[in-house]
Amino acid sequence: MSYRRPIPATWWLKRRPYTMFMVRELSSLAVGGYSFFLLYLAWKLGQGPEPYAAAIGVLTSPVSIVLHLVGLALALYHTTSWFNVTPKIIIVRLGDEPLPEPVIAGAHYAAWIAASAVVAWIILGI
Amino acid sequence: MAQTMQLEIFRYRPEQENEPTFQTYEVPFDEEWVVLDAINYIKDEIDGTLSYRWSCRMGVCGSCGMMVNGVPKLSCSAFLRDYYPGTIRVEPLDGFPVERDLVFEMEGFVNKLTSVSPWIVRKEGEKKPLEEGPYKQSPGELSDYKHYSMCINCMLCYAACPVFALDNDFLGPAAIALGQRYNMDSRDQGRDQRQEVIAAHKGIWKCTFVGECSAVCPKDVDPAGAIQRAKVSSTADYFLELLMPWNKSR
Amino acid sequence: MAKSNEPIFWSLFSAGGMMAALFLPILMAITGILIPFGIVPSDVLGYDRVHAAVSGNLIVKAILLALISLPLFHWAHRFKFVLADIGLHSIERLLGVLCYGSAIVGTALAGFVLWGV
Repeated sequence: MSYRRPIPATWWLKRRPYTMFMVRELSSLAVGGYSFFLLYLAWKLGQGPEPYAAAIGVLTSPVSIVLHLVGLALALYHTTSWFNVTPKIIIVRLGDEPLPEPVIAGAHYAAWIAASAVVAWIILGI
Repeated sequence: MAQTMQLEIFRYRPEQENEPTFQTYEVPFDEEWVVLDAINYIKDEIDGTLSYRWSCRMGVCGSCGMMVNGVPKLSCSAFLRDYYPGTIRVEPLDGFPVERDLVFEMEGFVNKLTSVSPWIVRKEGEKKPLEEGPYKQSPGELSDYKHYSMCINCMLCYAACPVFALDNDFLGPAAIALGQRYNMDSRDQGRDQRQEVIAAHKGIWKCTFVGECSAVCPKDVDPAGAIQRAKVSSTADYFLELLMPWNKSR
Repeated sequence: MAKSNEPIFWSLFSAGGMMAALFLPILMAITGILIPFGIVPSDVLGYDRVHAAVSGNLIVKAILLALISLPLFHWAHRFKFVLADIGLHSIERLLGVLCYGSAIVGTALAGFVLWGV
């Protein structure tokens, strides 16, 4: 009779890499949550100026600021963990030599800066 | 007084106990000793009933994988000095059913390896007659799969994989990397038949890319990368077949 | 073994992950720091400006729909696996229905709401 070792629901606390994996996966709560927030803003936008202004006014509330800061931390972890593994997935070979890993990840970081700049330019006009 | 070190070793003797226990042994501490040396010392000098697998003592055969303080390691490559003066806890590789002490069941693993047809497959009628010589391959084509071919079947990647621990039917890192080793080989034509196993629910799609399989691999095979790349190519296949059902490769 | 439909969900997950990685930090910085702390005036997201940009502009609406929908699928995919990983493995199918179902409902709502702006 072979013995099967039980796996507790807290297995991901046993070692740091597993914990960071769980943090990475739970960063999706911030990602999905922000989608619902955008959906809410779009809904208010369709209702007219007053409801929309009230929704934007919520941004200055402490609850919104705390949620945003936690969300931003998780989103930054999502972004870096996402880009850092891109060299594992995307292999570009020029001739016999594959492009070095930092080039692949670096291209994604460059795209991130460009995307952020475009968004800032469109929304903030700077 | 000579220095010593304590090892807590997982014991499971099905004929005398239903639940495993830990047994502590005291062994001489030697700068040059690895965990396997300490366990061999226990077997030879203290307790001959301890069961475990080992062979080459030099990180080539892949037999002596164990959990050393909770991390999958080749016990022949884990030096005592890196843990001194603490206690070293030794367990059978995580996720596998335990047969006895540090020996676990590996039949499932071996079956998974064979399920991915780990040999060069040529289509009917496209096999090159022997007298026409070998299939040629450029260094670039070799580099596509060479690191996947370094696997020594030590199963550390399975022990590092929580997905495997939760569901032993998951095809798992080494088997998928081995399949990719042949899929990426320019001489091979067997990808379609491997996809039946690899691009299945219990294949690549169970993987959540924890990434620890690659982190613990003693041969830098990078099974996690192999699995993610297989996800990309299988997804491309899926949509190509959806867009052009008449162009099925089989 | 059964042929898997997972590529559909995985590609939505990946697209959403890429979308979120590129755009969420800057968006969250704007709505969570720059506007509430007065670093930029809140008129940048004022009704007149945003309404003028979105209303009647199908391209902007499509971009916003993608910005809302794809990250939802990203969340759905990861969250389903997290729940399975912490012990709900036996009801994985149900988790899939609930998580991906939420993303589908969210996408439909977003489409409906944006259409009406």
